[in-house]
Amino acid sequence: MTINWFKYSSPASFYSLAGKMIPIFTIAAVVSLVAGLYVGFFVAPTDFQQGEAYRIIFIHVPAAWMSMFLYVVMAFWAGIGLAFNTRLSSMFATAIAPTGAMFTFIALWTGALWGKPMWGTWWVWDARLTSELILLFLYIGFMSLQAAIDDPRRADKAGAIIALVGVVNIPIIYFSVQWWNTLHQGASVSINQAPSMASTMLLGMMIMVFSSWMYSIAIILKRTRVIIIERESHTAWVAELQKKEFIR
Amino acid sequence: MLQGINLACVRGDRELFKDVSFSLETGSLMQVRGPNGSGKTSLLRMLCGLSSPAAGEIRWHGETIHPLNENYFSAMTYIGHLSGTKDDLTVIENLRISSALSGYEISENQASEALENLGLGGREQLSVKVLSQGQRRRVGLARLLTCKTSLWILDEPLVALDAMAVKFIQGLLERHLQQDGMVVMTTHQEIDIGAASIVQLQLA
Amino acid sequence: MWIIKRDLLLAIRRQSDVLTTLFFFVIVVSLFPLSVGPEMNMLRAMAPGVVWVAALLASMLSLNRMFSNDYIDGTLEQMLLSPQSLSLLVLGKAFAHWLVTGIPLVIMAPILGIQYDLPAEALLVLTITLLLGTPVLSLIGAIGAALTLGLRGGSVLVSLLVLPLYIPVLIFGAGAVEANMAGIGFDAHLSLLGAFLLASLALAPWATASSLRVSLE
Repeated sequence: MTINWFKYSSPASFYSLAGKMIPIFTIAAVVSLVAGLYVGFFVAPTDFQQGEAYRIIFIHVPAAWMSMFLYVVMAFWAGIGLAFNTRLSSMFATAIAPTGAMFTFIALWTGALWGKPMWGTWWVWDARLTSELILLFLYIGFMSLQAAIDDPRRADKAGAIIALVGVVNIPIIYFSVQWWNTLHQGASVSINQAPSMASTMLLGMMIMVFSSWMYSIAIILKRTRVIIIERESHTAWVAELQKKEFIR
Repeated sequence: MLQGINLACVRGDRELFKDVSFSLETGSLMQVRGPNGSGKTSLLRMLCGLSSPAAGEIRWHGETIHPLNENYFSAMTYIGHLSGTKDDLTVIENLRISSALSGYEISENQASEALENLGLGGREQLSVKVLSQGQRRRVGLARLLTCKTSLWILDEPLVALDAMAVKFIQGLLERHLQQDGMVVMTTHQEIDIGAASIVQLQLA
Repeated sequence: MWIIKRDLLLAIRRQSDVLTTLFFFVIVVSLFPLSVGPEMNMLRAMAPGVVWVAALLASMLSLNRMFSNDYIDGTLEQMLLSPQSLSLLVLGKAFAHWLVTGIPLVIMAPILGIQYDLPAEALLVLTITLLLGTPVLSLIGAIGAALTLGLRGGSVLVSLLVLPLYIPVLIFGAGAVEANMAGIGFDAHLSLLGAFLLASLALAPWATASSLRVSLE
């Protein structure tokens, strides 16, 4: 059986496809979240160096990974939208940004929670945390630029340019911060150094990463649907959809 | 030859126009008409390559304009709503700099001559901020005298001009058309130009 | 290049704009001793960072002027329609912006450094890093200025977009001076700043040109 993928690149057909897919991803996200948290908080052994406090990494590490992946994914779709003028990919990028920013924020928050018992202070200018903070600034820049522009076509393209500029700069920023940190003798233990990963720890982590992906996909599809409805409100198919929903 | 094929323009979520097609031969003028808000300026900005049409395409001598931007730009002069003059520069500096930025440098004498023709003689050294609206408009239009492009795209060129200047510009357009030039313009005034062909394009 | 000549001429006609940026720089740097106390050892340690942050802010403050005046009077539109390469025009404008705002900062920085009792060699390093770094600020800033053209609250927005991108320049600019004061080599810092300059010379004008096209559509 062959699927005509191009069919789904039109907002109208994507809308109905996404509607069918959202429940699947949502269920997967919830189930794996429960499983992951259970493994992370009850099954995985206590770390001999960091005690129970290390368990925050089951949330922190997936969030930090997601925050970085999502920025790249966002820039990718924004770039595709800019290059080929495909509306759907730009909407995708816009939909990804808030989720990415949320994961960045979670990573920072959990980093601070971990920092208090480990470093004795909520915040240390650790290279990874600092990079994460700058990543949050980049997400905020992208979202506020798009929010300030009324014309959606211009917002898409301007957002794409700043996302691409950001993606080029992220490695440079990351490297600079790393250098700066070693120069100034930063914190000696870093949050991502769980010294010896027991296999159950690894399992818990992987389940949590999977859960984060599922959640992200579900929420991004949902948000894309909302953006589609907003932007296409003048078209015939949305009007028809509204009529149907209303009757129901 | 300039062609528009099934052009459409969308602003926000409102469609300004669609399925606009035309074809403009050398030596002819196209007057774009329509009520306020019908998309005249949007159409002109599309034609000069500042924005891209939501649908359809624009062809210059048979080729779509976007890929050949730089060739197209050297054959086209656009004078928009805004005068395109800097307040802090003098009249003659404005003309010489804007010409140079459009790719053709002109001498001091050429510039003064053009300004003289537009009735700005003796005001070359004044800074533009002391000029009236109509005089600024003339400084902008003076570029038409110095440029060597074949396609002119003019957005309301006659606005704020006095009767003398209107007459002069009409004469200028007439001469341009006789030399196988092309003009696309919007105006609410009746134009009195003895051109071989005047095409009217009506936007709803 | 006509564009550089033009922008310099405009700057000369409006000197107050240039001076405002410069005095902003001076005032920000002078505020720090007032807020943290006049203890010389601490001030000396802070100086590279303070001067660099102030330079960042001052150069950012003037970004909005790079395109917005031309946007309002329609001359930017004409530049976009020029048969010359838009990237090259942008490069010219960024260069003029640097001559008008960057260079005065570079000249003023050693004088401010003296206020912080920096040793002579550190003053020299500070000047060199600013000389290498401020053009990067103008080039990257041009992207932000082009993207926010004509937007409500554009000047605040431009800082959100541009400041995170300035971080590498800040780290290595201030880092070089600190390294010098600590008696370690600072060659690596300078070569990295040079690399940033080359990279932004190659990429930023192009990104700015596309941003301008997007903003004027």
